[in-house]
Amino acid sequence: MNWLIDFFGDSANWSGPDGIPTRLLEHLEFSGLSLLLAMLIALPLGLWIGHTGKGALFAILSANAARALPTLGLLVLIVLLMGVGTIIPVLIPLVALAIPPILVNTYEGIRGVDPDLRDAAYGMGLRGGQVLGRVLVPVALPLILLGLRIAAIQVVSTAAVAAYVGLGGFGRYIVDGLATKDFPRTIGGAVLVALLALIVQLGFGLVQRFTVSAGVSQRQSIR
Amino acid sequence: MHEEPLVRWDWIGRNWPTIQGLLEDHVVMALVPIVIGLLVALPLGLAGVRWRWLYQPTVGLMNVIYSLPSLAVFIVLIPITGLATRTTVMIPLTFYAMAVLIPAVVDGLTSVPDHVRQSAVAMGFTPLRRLLQVELPIAVPVVLAGLRVAAVSSISLVSVGALVGRGGLGYLFIDGWQRQFYTPIIVGIVLVVALAAVADLLLVLAQRLLTPWSRARGSA
Repeated sequence: MNWLIDFFGDSANWSGPDGIPTRLLEHLEFSGLSLLLAMLIALPLGLWIGHTGKGALFAILSANAARALPTLGLLVLIVLLMGVGTIIPVLIPLVALAIPPILVNTYEGIRGVDPDLRDAAYGMGLRGGQVLGRVLVPVALPLILLGLRIAAIQVVSTAAVAAYVGLGGFGRYIVDGLATKDFPRTIGGAVLVALLALIVQLGFGLVQRFTVSAGVSQRQSIR
Repeated sequence: MHEEPLVRWDWIGRNWPTIQGLLEDHVVMALVPIVIGLLVALPLGLAGVRWRWLYQPTVGLMNVIYSLPSLAVFIVLIPITGLATRTTVMIPLTFYAMAVLIPAVVDGLTSVPDHVRQSAVAMGFTPLRRLLQVELPIAVPVVLAGLRVAAVSSISLVSVGALVGRGGLGYLFIDGWQRQFYTPIIVGIVLVVALAAVADLLLVLAQRLLTPWSRARGSA
């Protein structure tokens, strides 16, 4: 506990280029951009695969392969190949990390909608796109949000690794602290990353409460 | 930049004993947490099904644990378990495995249709026999789906442990980065992905063997 007081009590840690607010913004920049890119790729793909049933096997296989990619290895390799200077090298492994849960949960969510419900929607005269948007997506929303939440938590947690190749974010405190044997700093960084991940977790809980229709009950969870 | 080949095969040949040692270390650090995680998740999942009020708090706690970053947990554990020990890497991975597996066990057991359960009771099965011979086998596909995710993530996450001095194949990433040398990094990535693919394949085979009836129905 004394370590935490040492780190968080030091006013030098609250301002300047190595201050907590600056590092927070950097961390949010990596994580937010990666999550946004992953959503742009995985959400439409998952909706399309779930709705049409095309390419399901391919999507599941490649999602599992992407889950296996070690972020640290991918990061150092890309930085060696491309050089630092931009944040693109850190975005690639984080996007690769975020795609599988979003893609798989979106696909499983859409595919898992009761076929009777789907038939009823067509019977009422809705067309393909309308069935997807007005019936399938609202019913699948809890699973889709679960996928987004898992992706966001993993991205926020793993973005700390970016500091290893000299980029910013909360990982800076962890990596610098380890290098200089400044333990309060390392622990402080670890606590900050954990807090941010917990806040993201809670934030998604709130989003879920406000966006999921009351008629849609809790469904089976798939990671 | 000078012309450095992406992969130096001679380096791999010369360092193969080292790579093999790292691979073995990696397998142990990934496998032990999954096995322990499953052994803990089965009784906890059963308890969650039997006493529903227990389930929500358990899942809530698991969600909190799941959102703790692995690197952060490694570091918090160092004063207790020591730098560069296998335990430091395996403890957080065990909790991640539990966080994935407990909901999988509960979902699997609740997916058992009620009429199946009632048939077993009507045939005079004792609760234990009903669990072992009826409910658990039906739960196998859902539990194994969770196990596949847990195994692949665990194998991938072990390498982050390299930042605290022990990470199996992850050591190759640190080594390659420090020497600005592609080969170890590529070898590490390829071996981690290959290891995950082998584990995933073995679990798919296990599912085939454990649920021979599902093949007849043609379910994936």
